[in-house]
Amino acid sequence: MDNYEAVIGLEVHVELHTKTKAFCSCPNEFGKEPNTNVCPICLGLPGVLPVINEALLEYAVKAGLALNCEIAAFSKFDRKNYYYPDLPKNYQISQYDLPLCRNGYLDIEVNGATRRVGITRVHMEEDAGKLVHGEGGADYSLVDLNRAGVPLLEIVSEPDIRTPEEAKAYLEKLKSILSYIDVSDCKMEEGSLRCDANISVRPAGTGILNPKTEIKNMNSFRAVQRALEAEIKRQCAVWAAGGTVESETRAWDENKGTTVPMRSKEEASDYRYFPDPDLVPIVISPDRVSRIKSELPELPDARARRFTSEYGLSAYDAGVLTASRALADFYEACARNYRDPKLVSNWVTGEFLRLVNARNLEIRDVKLTPAHLVEMLELIDKGTISGKIAKTVFEEMFDTGKRAEDIIKEKGLVQISDEGELSRIVEEVVTANPGVVADYRNGKEKAFAFLVGQVMKATRGKANPQLVNRLLKERI
Amino acid sequence: MKLSKKEVEHVALLARLALSEEEKERFRAQLSSVLEYADIINRLDTEKVAPTYHVLPIQNVERPDKEHETLPLEETLQNAPQRDGNYFRVPRII
Amino acid sequence: MEIYDLTAHELAEYIQKGELSAEEVTRSVFSRIHEVEEDVRAYVTLTEEKAYAQARYVDEQRRAGKKLGPLAGIPVGIKDNMCTKGIRTTCSSRILENFVPPYNATVVEKLEAEGAVMTGKLNMDEFAMGSSTENSAFFPTRNPWDLNCVPGGSSGGPAAAVAAGEAIYTLGSDTGGSIRQPASLCGIVGMKPTYGLVSRYGLVAFASSLDQIGPFTKDVRDCALVLNLIAGHDPMDSTSAPNPVPDYTSFLTGDIKGVKIGVPREFFGKGLDSRVADVVRNAIDKLADLGAIVEECSFPYAEYALPVYYIIAPAEASSNLARYDGVCYGYRAVPEKGEKYDIIEMYMKTRSEGFGAEVKRRIMLGTYALSSGYYDAYYLKALKVRTLIKDDFARLFEKYDVLVSPTSPTPAFRFGEKANDPLTMYLSDIYTIPVNLAGIPALSVPCGFVDGLPVGLHLMGPAFGEGTILKVAYAYEQNTSYHRARPPLQVEKRPKPTVRLQEGGNHRG
Repeated sequence: MDNYEAVIGLEVHVELHTKTKAFCSCPNEFGKEPNTNVCPICLGLPGVLPVINEALLEYAVKAGLALNCEIAAFSKFDRKNYYYPDLPKNYQISQYDLPLCRNGYLDIEVNGATRRVGITRVHMEEDAGKLVHGEGGADYSLVDLNRAGVPLLEIVSEPDIRTPEEAKAYLEKLKSILSYIDVSDCKMEEGSLRCDANISVRPAGTGILNPKTEIKNMNSFRAVQRALEAEIKRQCAVWAAGGTVESETRAWDENKGTTVPMRSKEEASDYRYFPDPDLVPIVISPDRVSRIKSELPELPDARARRFTSEYGLSAYDAGVLTASRALADFYEACARNYRDPKLVSNWVTGEFLRLVNARNLEIRDVKLTPAHLVEMLELIDKGTISGKIAKTVFEEMFDTGKRAEDIIKEKGLVQISDEGELSRIVEEVVTANPGVVADYRNGKEKAFAFLVGQVMKATRGKANPQLVNRLLKERI
Repeated sequence: MKLSKKEVEHVALLARLALSEEEKERFRAQLSSVLEYADIINRLDTEKVAPTYHVLPIQNVERPDKEHETLPLEETLQNAPQRDGNYFRVPRII
Repeated sequence: MEIYDLTAHELAEYIQKGELSAEEVTRSVFSRIHEVEEDVRAYVTLTEEKAYAQARYVDEQRRAGKKLGPLAGIPVGIKDNMCTKGIRTTCSSRILENFVPPYNATVVEKLEAEGAVMTGKLNMDEFAMGSSTENSAFFPTRNPWDLNCVPGGSSGGPAAAVAAGEAIYTLGSDTGGSIRQPASLCGIVGMKPTYGLVSRYGLVAFASSLDQIGPFTKDVRDCALVLNLIAGHDPMDSTSAPNPVPDYTSFLTGDIKGVKIGVPREFFGKGLDSRVADVVRNAIDKLADLGAIVEECSFPYAEYALPVYYIIAPAEASSNLARYDGVCYGYRAVPEKGEKYDIIEMYMKTRSEGFGAEVKRRIMLGTYALSSGYYDAYYLKALKVRTLIKDDFARLFEKYDVLVSPTSPTPAFRFGEKANDPLTMYLSDIYTIPVNLAGIPALSVPCGFVDGLPVGLHLMGPAFGEGTILKVAYAYEQNTSYHRARPPLQVEKRPKPTVRLQEGGNHRG
């Protein structure tokens, strides 16, 4: 296997979260009762006509620009003809030979190295409905057309990806960019981002183009990585055994941990693409392109570079913080208002992300506000609470959205910095532990830590640690 | 342009039409003669001619991203050949 | 003369003045329908109850002193390929036999908003594919001038209904001549407007880049009035023209002095019935007598129009008709007794049983023309020749205001006469098809008879030149009497109800 390299291209479909569908004005919403989010147009009833949603064009141009594509001055929609019961017209409105965006790229980082992956094209199309297959070998399926007509972008990469890790990094970067420009949620688990992969292997360092397989049915970034790993292994084994890899479509089987051939279609597909006569050409003026360009937010790579220079963060931390726009926004809102941006970074990449993951939350749903985090950090600075207590306070803030001050008051967590009170407690601890005191005096450093712990325990962690240290040292 | 029976069968499958043997032969003959007739257009040199997809010079027709009312469920399903609760029901998909 | 014999503008005047109620007009038309429909068979579905409700509403409005639309209270029939909410819309196809649309076509909305009275849905060739209405899955419609002859097609029902007095006017659709050819064969006025002038939203698509809705009327003034009603931009149709719409009646001056008329010699060649040629030549002489400047001209690409059409239209149709699959609406075939089918078998059985022979033939042809390896040779090539035809017209319209030709090479033919040879049938539309390819407007106006069967004069104009066409047609019509002729329908076998005008009525009779 070491002698082989993989040639991987990814075909990604993302659902755009416009307010309405691509060619009719039905809401672009999920989770409604089956077949209640439809109209004559997305049902494909006789006589209906499509009209392009202007937001679809805006989002597509935005995505094209964010992915460094050329925006076509002249573009059009075509019909892709095939029969499937989730496709009410039995053709999909898509783009064939004149996609809206072409020749883009994105940069990925894997193992510290940056690689550029080319993007062949980005085009617009409509989504199909959903099929529910009857349970237990039933001989029927059920059709729900709520999703029919939802706008999609198809993003096709060049076969520039060499490893499954790169494939995953490409998807993560793509998700990051598309979320930044706010055109899609990109949730693979929920189907708003779908990925198929084309993959072949060849002896490393050669330019040979071997037959490739198309892998479908991968439902997470992790699944993409695993499926590609398994498929590389399989193809290498076929070649190593003197066989030939068949050009075919295979499905990832999560349980078996391998790809399996998909039942081949009865006919060679012939989509009979032709320009949709119901839709007129799309001519995007240079003015419109520059207007959309000027509205693009700062993208992840640029923002990460700025975070390292402006806030002195490591490239790694800057990368973590800028992977999601919401996280980067949160961080920056704190960092701008606090003296030590690196300390903020520690809290955000540490406790904050730990709790986001533990609670399985979206960053935008977190109750904690940047201002509250800054307040808490200032309370540590003032000595009102200790760094240790702060973790407890932070978790409470995170879960409830309350201010640190209120939590501290409610729970009586104010740090004890009263020298008189602490001296009294130190005295009690020393008196109660003569043996340990003796050990310390005989040079056992650990004994001192035990005594500090006893003081902290007596104050339920609220004692000012520096003060306790000094007072103990003075006393013994 | 003469069509073969195999071509007729392929086109019928693409178009999802089941044809009897008699229909296959009839369509083979009729389509062949229409296509043969249509072949006269190949006499014309169209190398420098642009295709007419649309007769009117209309472009960039877009609608605002605003919602309209969806169809009541009963109207959506009123023509369903086979209904199953909220769904359209179809035979097994292989 | 009976009420149903009158024109829409005559009736509208009576209704506006209160000399006739909309209900009386409606009653007259329905009694005529019940009288002759057994012979003519123009309607697939009658909407009598709805018609009376609409008529009474118009009468109430008038009594309440509300301003009525220009054609309020006038009975109109709709070709059965325009969607009508709650009323089945079949396209005269078994596959849509029980389809009830949950929405109205834009034209239907417009008519209803203007107080139209809908008589019902009219027969046609299945999915508008045909030139005789013999391709209706239900029954053929007969020509009111000779019940042994076809009314033309595909809008045979709408044409026959107007000719027989079963509607005051009707709406049809025209993809390659489907309004003008039946108008010609039934002796009435029929117009195909410029592509994009009338919204296609709700018109069941046959060939999207060619389809256009238009009126069938008893005279040119009615045609202008109906066009006023249905023309105009529709945001639901991306191909709808944004142009402002003039008042088409303003062109009905009767004066055509100096109007330049071209007569393409290619439209008088092989295949044209010599008697039709004579009638049309006489009509052209009449135009010259009225002061028009008539000149012979050449349309070199004429012979390519038919082959181009028979590639483009079926190609678009093969995709447009893919949706009839038995999944969400329409006919679904049942499996053979004791057997089960999978989805592909269901599709194939449904479509084979649901479509008639002509529809299948065109779906096959279009699928082939778009299929891999043939797209460039057929579809793309046809679109390029389409450009040549369009440019040919553009060149002629630099010189002429209007072009004229026969509408159809023959008068109405007998049932079965052309049914077995698709190519011969396709030749019926040889003069009308170039117009659809170029997207320009054209109208057929009655210009005489051959053996008691009507002949139509075909007037073609540049895009959005409806006004000029109407002006010429009106001048011609006002100086002839063919539009006043009514077919001698033999209906003595049944008692003939007559509807009398209310007292004080002063319509001409």
